[in-house]
Amino acid sequence: MKIHEYQAKQLMKARGIPVPEGRVARTPDEAVAAVAPLVEASGNAVVVVKSQIHAGGRGKGRFKEHPDVGGVTVVTDGISGGLAATESRVRELAETMLGSTLVTIQTGEEGKQVNTLYVEQGIDIARELYLSILLDRAVSRNIVMASTEGGMEIEKVAEETPDKILREEIDPAVGLADFQAGRLARGLGLEDDAASNFVSFVKALSSAAVELDTDLVEINPLVVTTAGEVMALDGKMAFDDNAVYRHPDVADMRDTTEEDPAELEAKRSGLSYIKLDGTIGCLVNGAGLAMATMDTIKHVGGEPANFLDVGGGATADQVTTAFGIITRDPNVKGIFVNIFGGIMRCDIIATGIVEAVQRVGLSVPLVVRLEGTNVELGKQIINESGLDVIAAEDMKDGAQKIVELAK
Amino acid sequence: MSILIDKDTRVLVQGLGKTGQFHTDKAIAYGTQMVAAVHPSKAGTVHTFEGETDHTGVAGRADTYRTQVPIFADVRTAVAETGADVSVVYVPPPGAADAIMEAAEAGIRLVICITEGIPVADMVRAKRYLSGRSTRLVGPNCPGVITPGQIKIGIMPGYIHQPGRIGVVSRSGTLTYEAVYQLTQLGLGQTTAVGIGGDPVNGTNFVDCLEMFNADPDTEGVIMIGEIGGTAEEDAAEYVAAHMTKPVAGFIAGTTAPPGKRMGHAGAIISGGKGTAAAKIAAMRDAGIEVAPTPTDMGSAMVKALG
Repeated sequence: MKIHEYQAKQLMKARGIPVPEGRVARTPDEAVAAVAPLVEASGNAVVVVKSQIHAGGRGKGRFKEHPDVGGVTVVTDGISGGLAATESRVRELAETMLGSTLVTIQTGEEGKQVNTLYVEQGIDIARELYLSILLDRAVSRNIVMASTEGGMEIEKVAEETPDKILREEIDPAVGLADFQAGRLARGLGLEDDAASNFVSFVKALSSAAVELDTDLVEINPLVVTTAGEVMALDGKMAFDDNAVYRHPDVADMRDTTEEDPAELEAKRSGLSYIKLDGTIGCLVNGAGLAMATMDTIKHVGGEPANFLDVGGGATADQVTTAFGIITRDPNVKGIFVNIFGGIMRCDIIATGIVEAVQRVGLSVPLVVRLEGTNVELGKQIINESGLDVIAAEDMKDGAQKIVELAK
Repeated sequence: MSILIDKDTRVLVQGLGKTGQFHTDKAIAYGTQMVAAVHPSKAGTVHTFEGETDHTGVAGRADTYRTQVPIFADVRTAVAETGADVSVVYVPPPGAADAIMEAAEAGIRLVICITEGIPVADMVRAKRYLSGRSTRLVGPNCPGVITPGQIKIGIMPGYIHQPGRIGVVSRSGTLTYEAVYQLTQLGLGQTTAVGIGGDPVNGTNFVDCLEMFNADPDTEGVIMIGEIGGTAEEDAAEYVAAHMTKPVAGFIAGTTAPPGKRMGHAGAIISGGKGTAAAKIAAMRDAGIEVAPTPTDMGSAMVKALG
């Protein structure tokens, strides 16, 4: 589960991790009202207006409706023009940005609508660094990754100059040890106050990551101010979906407007669905088999319209929901149901399919491949239903049939 | 022969709720020796399992069974009283990692964790707890382990299996069934099939299983089924190239998966350009593994690899 930058900064601030002062704005008036207190508190005439969407690359991103405006814009008008100039520019920006569509390298061409802005105090930056905490599957532990190359795409740094990335493993029984935090500080070339501030920062951030069950915490850039403070200028947090149940405060931060409505509906029904761009809808039991079904469709010359795993114990209701989601996608020209019923019996699945088709209706070809427990009974139920369903011998046969029929 | 479990294995079930009961019953029907259960709220009672024997499992049994399984409050007592050496965990996610650690502390040699949805941080701690101990963990989020004709531990359908010559190791449940079923239809059968699970932090990995299959005299070839995310398949390919004396066939799911999207399994995600199917398939082919183009071809890929 992802949250917005301003929410990540709230969580950090509550744990004593330094972040710039900022205010959330959902209207131009709120954005303007944020300016005076920020300028007053910081003594800095500069503010930054930041679009809040669940995607990276906002700074370099541009609005579809206003290609000259960036997703994160620094307002310097106040340096010569005073507070009124800042407020007027912030109003102008907020009116432009709110409700517009921001396109970044991570949003895809369609972009994402900006509904929330975060207005933040300006910071006098001496250095920009990179810091993240994420799972290293090879060692089954979280690691801290740090780099002097702040503000850059870390994948690029890892590829081009891997020696510039520092790593420290977090022992789950100990946390990040002092000597490790110190080694990171030295590796980043930090001295004096900046070094000790960094040590406190990275230790507090590591503790927060463990406490909050994060999948990923990424601070890019982490800045050292001209006064030697260490601060999270940006903040990205994603959480382990399996652990959100024990963090109700984090669960409340979920912004469902950021999620695909069909994926959300699927999740609420206990299904795992991901929309893709192809024409063959898939309904499968098991994540591995669902992926493999998509691959097989592609292998025989088609394009999958979705990933959909109904799980190990799907009910007729879930299958109906799944059919509804698939058939609502206007790109779908055919549906392939691929079930290897182990513990889940084929007759139950077949009943679910028949009920679903009767309830949802069907305007595209349907190929069904059933294998496993009570397969004969399952096939019989489908054959006797009077539905126009084509039976497949195996997965590849089914994929070939549906791709042919959907042409 | 087989790996990990055989007809003499004495199994303890942790978590005898609805799911645990259902699958314990199926295991007993197959012929598995289920000797104890741990479920604190039912401690001191006995659960009676009865029904019709699954004759695709252990041969030479009566047509019906009636087995009484004593329930204990904790694993240590259960082991002391019954001599259980392997445990299977059906405990729901919030307590599952704790159940794994409890089994390890009690000296269980193999813990098979079926539970799906365990928080990653819990598994990170559990793995730390297991380091330096002799307990092996399989899973979590896996179908379990089966040695056909001898013992079935987990949620896989027994009847698709057949005692035979091929070892199966897989990150995906239903794809394991797919491979097993093809091997059965081809008459090759299986020595042991191991589901290692779809989570980012798990116990036994591909390399562990390949080593065991390599050392098992009855295993003549191995099918390994991977998916996108992580580098376990690349590590396995390296092991195969350097040490494997038996033919290996394989399949990788997720060629068409988009980056950054979690494909059902928590571990199945391409992030930062890492963990793609293309990279895994290339590493496997370089190691001499016969990679099936689609899952339907897994069995025939094994036949081809056997020569």
